[in-house]
Amino acid sequence: MPDLSVNGARHQFDGPALKTLAETLRDDLGLTGTKIACGEGHCGACTVLLDGAPALSCITLVHAVGNREVTTIEGLRDHPLVEAFVRADALQCGFCTPGQIVSASALVAETPEPARDEIRHAMAGNLCRCGTYPKIEEAISAWRG
Amino acid sequence: MARLIRTEKEVEGRYTEQWVVVEEDPLAHWPAGPREVVGRPAARVDGPQRARGEARYTADVVLPGMLHAAVLRSPHARARVRRLDLAPVLAARGVRAAIGPGDADVLAEEAGYEGAPVAAVAADTHAQARAALALAEVEWDVLEPLLDPDEAVAKGQLLDEPGRYERGDVERGLAEADVVVEAEYRTSTVLHNALETHQAVCAWEGDELTVYISTQWIWGVRRDIAERLRLPPDNVRVVCEFMGGGFGAKGDPGDHTYLAAKLARRTGRPVRCALTRREENLATGNRNSTIQRLRAGARADGTLTALEGEFVMAVGWDGFVSSTAGPMKMLYACENVRTTELGAKLNTGPNDAFRAPGFVEGTFGLECLLDELAAKLELDPLELRRRNGADADPVDGRPYSAKNLAECYRRAEAHWARREEVRARSEGRWRRGVGLASQIWYGGGGPPSYAWVRVGSDGSATVVTAMQDIGTGTRTAMAQIAAEELGLPLERVTVALGDSARGPYAAISAGSSTTPSMGPAVRAAAADAARQILEIAAQRFQLEERVLSLRDGRIVSADGGSWALEEVTGLLGDGQILATGSRGPNPTGMRVLTFGVQVAEVAVDVETGEIRVERIAAIHDVGRVVNPLGASSQVEGGIIQGIGHTLSEQRLLDPESGRALTVTLDAYKLPTIADVPEIATELLDIPDEHLTSLGSKGLGEPPIIPTAAAIANAIRDATGADVRTLPITREEMLRALREARERAYAL
Repeated sequence: MPDLSVNGARHQFDGPALKTLAETLRDDLGLTGTKIACGEGHCGACTVLLDGAPALSCITLVHAVGNREVTTIEGLRDHPLVEAFVRADALQCGFCTPGQIVSASALVAETPEPARDEIRHAMAGNLCRCGTYPKIEEAISAWRG
Repeated sequence: MARLIRTEKEVEGRYTEQWVVVEEDPLAHWPAGPREVVGRPAARVDGPQRARGEARYTADVVLPGMLHAAVLRSPHARARVRRLDLAPVLAARGVRAAIGPGDADVLAEEAGYEGAPVAAVAADTHAQARAALALAEVEWDVLEPLLDPDEAVAKGQLLDEPGRYERGDVERGLAEADVVVEAEYRTSTVLHNALETHQAVCAWEGDELTVYISTQWIWGVRRDIAERLRLPPDNVRVVCEFMGGGFGAKGDPGDHTYLAAKLARRTGRPVRCALTRREENLATGNRNSTIQRLRAGARADGTLTALEGEFVMAVGWDGFVSSTAGPMKMLYACENVRTTELGAKLNTGPNDAFRAPGFVEGTFGLECLLDELAAKLELDPLELRRRNGADADPVDGRPYSAKNLAECYRRAEAHWARREEVRARSEGRWRRGVGLASQIWYGGGGPPSYAWVRVGSDGSATVVTAMQDIGTGTRTAMAQIAAEELGLPLERVTVALGDSARGPYAAISAGSSTTPSMGPAVRAAAADAARQILEIAAQRFQLEERVLSLRDGRIVSADGGSWALEEVTGLLGDGQILATGSRGPNPTGMRVLTFGVQVAEVAVDVETGEIRVERIAAIHDVGRVVNPLGASSQVEGGIIQGIGHTLSEQRLLDPESGRALTVTLDAYKLPTIADVPEIATELLDIPDEHLTSLGSKGLGEPPIIPTAAAIANAIRDATGADVRTLPITREEMLRALREARERAYAL
């Protein structure tokens, strides 16, 4: 049985070959912080990290993850970005927020002081229908408090 | 004694009369301006839960034994089922039930639009349910769809009687005019696309049904389901603790909830019915497209003498005719106005309310027309609007409960004054300009709405009411209101909401009404609790009640005494202070409305037609502001959705088959973070002294209303081109530029 490393813990899984990483995380591991909003890789709500790089878990087959470490919002709950998002009011309905924070965490890991254009470039794949974008930009700019 | 009175209630511009029970002693208004908690910026009380991925949305609800539904939908815009065989579906792996026309009244053999539900299946997994549906044997008689709204009007295919309105004498007004402008404006169909799709989980226990649903109105869902399934209302429990966006399209149970309830009944197991993104964009509502044929006349000094409009709305197969003529009727003090609203019944998905339905579309037409008029009159557009301001409702002469539009215009001056400098920054093919547009809308809320407040011996308070927070931050605003009244810091107040079995009746979150409907009820309940605490304290400390008040979590007396709240509440042990509050009526004989103005700055590449919105200043009058931080987020969100409607969003249909081409989020262009301009928000924060004990109106809708017109007017200022069709694609921009050039040559 293949196994999957998520947020530092190893899990065995056994599912149909076409099961996505997002479904496995949500349905089998109960990690419902990862949201599925479009199910076809267009909106970014399902973003997780694979070995630190953002990936769309709704179009990633779980069998294709291999040995890469999966990080979900549950693994980033103590990240300063969480507090930065709350402080800046960078969430409204909040359905896209876990994906936003996961994407932002990859950005600040690489670029601790991102410029406005770098934020916009890195975050353009995470849609927010409530239009929280100005506050997201602010939260990421001031993520270290 | 309870007093029974008759009052007027408005939601999204639709008025109804109703009875309401009023409490004896209405509370005095708080003084204007920031208080201890109300009026000061507060981070969302549920922000950490949402940001950490802990908040449980309907999408996250899992019940033991839960099945998953999938819905067979018409692939044709107009068709009739000739033969449907669900036997292969029922035989498929994991399938527990399959239903078709005749099994549930939301399933039909006649499909009036692409996406109309025909059959549904419940299986162990969603993948199995979808795979099984593909096995359904269905043969269709495909019929010619009716897609063109003008054609529908010509054929008399209307959803409603034509809405006709007239005041004064438009012919005389046009004859008196020194200048008349006439133009046709078009807006496109846009899709809500809340990130949490429409979904529900239904579970029966005997004759009791629990419905977990992504909804804007817990109590409306309860009422509708009870009526339709003929259940006592208390047998229906509706739960929505966290909600992933609505924007107007989640006001009723929807077909999916009835299907989940039916399949759950049939299988004896809980059933989830969650729409896919593609289904969401076919069958859950839209802001309908419009064609607006408008005319305005004015004297040389700018006084409007006539306004006339024919508004054709492509409502779809079902839905409602929104008040697209509303702004033309209500915004200016013009004596002669005539409007006709025609709701075309078409073979397209039914519309639904979408953030200020009608007024977004109608304001685009009217406020662009006003600028075209200003150009002909060689009058400053801001001055033209000022000269036509209304002192009372132009439709029925009623006074406004409060109107501070003139103050909004005054504050807009600083932004408007930037236009010389903005135009001067035009360079080469990039032309820059500034435009503005006014906003009028409802937003007063109304009764009934109730809240309870419970204070425990630890001196913390819980507000209990079965309302919903659809992402607007009402949980936080209600906590602030209760904290203010109870003299408690915000962190000592929690709000328990989202469950019809766990709190009293609460209003719909639509029509910018949640805060104005619920806020006064919460304040009344908190005031009741505060009164009880002071009564108890007076006895405990042998003081007169009138010298005591609550502040900073303490009971303070006029003579300088001060005790921690727990010194009194702690006496109770397991006992609790229980308080109730209700929403009073709206002021009799008055119009309760919101107003505002936005000023947009744009840059247009006249060679490619690319448009960049660089800055928008938004000045709105929505009464008292409870949470300035959350309010600024709502203003920004409204403007950004408005930018989407203006520049990129449109549902495209195949003109032959009527099938939608833009049901995925790569094809349907929502704004991204890269599309966002600088946004400067100013809220007047002047309490409406005639409206409830709070003086607050709603803010959800006002900010999206003037955005499109402000941008289009800025484009005219930058380029001289009249853009009249939304979205303003590059093709539309280039067409308008070409037309402007030809006009210039002809002169």
